[in-house]
Amino acid sequence: MKNALPETGGFFARNREMHPPAYTPGYKTSVLRAPQRALISLEGTKSEITGPVFGHNIIGEFDNDLIVNYAKPGEMAIGQRIMVHGRVLDERGVGVAGALVEFWQANAGGRYRHKKETYLAAIDPNFGGFGRCITDENGNYAFRTIKPGAYPWPNGVNDWRPAHIHFSIFGHGFAQRLITQMYFEGDPMIAICPIVKTIPDEEAIKRLIAPLDMSNTVPMDMRAYKFDIVLRGRRSTFFENRKEGN
Amino acid sequence: MVQPLNYLKESASQTAGPYVHIGCTPNFTGITGVYDKDLGSGPMATEKTRGERITIKGRVIDGSGTPLRDAMIEIWQADADGFYNSPSETRGKADPNFFGWGRCPADMVTGEFYFETIKPGTVPFNDGRPMAPHVTLWIVARGINIGLQTRMYFSDEEEANAKDPVLTRIEHRVRVPTLIGQRDGDIVTFDIHLQGEHETIFFDI
Repeated sequence: MKNALPETGGFFARNREMHPPAYTPGYKTSVLRAPQRALISLEGTKSEITGPVFGHNIIGEFDNDLIVNYAKPGEMAIGQRIMVHGRVLDERGVGVAGALVEFWQANAGGRYRHKKETYLAAIDPNFGGFGRCITDENGNYAFRTIKPGAYPWPNGVNDWRPAHIHFSIFGHGFAQRLITQMYFEGDPMIAICPIVKTIPDEEAIKRLIAPLDMSNTVPMDMRAYKFDIVLRGRRSTFFENRKEGN
Repeated sequence: MVQPLNYLKESASQTAGPYVHIGCTPNFTGITGVYDKDLGSGPMATEKTRGERITIKGRVIDGSGTPLRDAMIEIWQADADGFYNSPSETRGKADPNFFGWGRCPADMVTGEFYFETIKPGTVPFNDGRPMAPHVTLWIVARGINIGLQTRMYFSDEEEANAKDPVLTRIEHRVRVPTLIGQRDGDIVTFDIHLQGEHETIFFDI
């Protein structure tokens, strides 16, 4: 089985027990933004099993290098140099080729480059904090960045986010669309984060924590973290799209 | 003992957070010079695109009646003939001048989003019955833990809507209008209510 295009099967039903529910009062903003009625179940139709495919032509040379993609010529972002790499897979364990992966993060001091950001940590003039790439034929992706800092946020009076990187992923169908966050192995802030704790399943939380990967660490240069992302699986179509009597 | 199925589990969703713009629409938030343009921004229809021009606009509104000013909305739709510009579209070839996907951040003051697009054609349901013209929407924001999936149908398609296989299965008929964009000339208005009496129908797809 190969996740080559085109595939036309429907997606595995989403197991919502390991996703955060909409209403999570420990994360206060969810209270007024959580739909309160039951979702209406709808098996995927053409409208959901299809999705946009982005060409490699949208990707600029430095889109996957956050250390330099916003820096002045000859300068670099400040912080611990890391590489984040892994695979986009689906639930069948098959690599998702050609998936657009977008990522964004705070700088090494925990400050985002955003109009509405007011944290007192310094802005790094050489760090934009975002990038993107498209997975190769086996679903692999990689980018270079600096390790983001933890930062405080207005929720509880003393809530802090663990170091994290946001990911937005397109699979092959619009029903696979996913936004999630990657955390770093060994961070004591993970267990006390109200946003992490919206996820009800301990194992599902662990699957968002990237391990330090010394095998891919580049000596005297940068450490590696490995982060695999799993999208919904797709049914085989052995007995679908066949007219009666075939 | 049986053979293990060995399926992986989908990665858990996490909120897009307040700074989704940095990653998805950096130019919109004033971070220029890295991407030429924000992906999915600007008119979805070019001069060569076939179909009737419309503008879809609306807001995402929270349980207090306040529009979200940090939401991001994506739409996905068929072309004027009902074909998707996707490798998984096997019925025919979509209009090469229509990508069918758009992304718009809510305005940071008014909360309004808009898409300059075309009205989609009819797409068949899985059993072959026609679905009324519709666009698929995906909504993320701070405070939304997992992206919300919904559809917008068109108020000028009353007859097709009445037979639509998805709309007709909705038990509480009083909720159906939450999925209908109100057309006035070229403008189709579609407000998305996260809570309350007019809470929009969201789908588990």
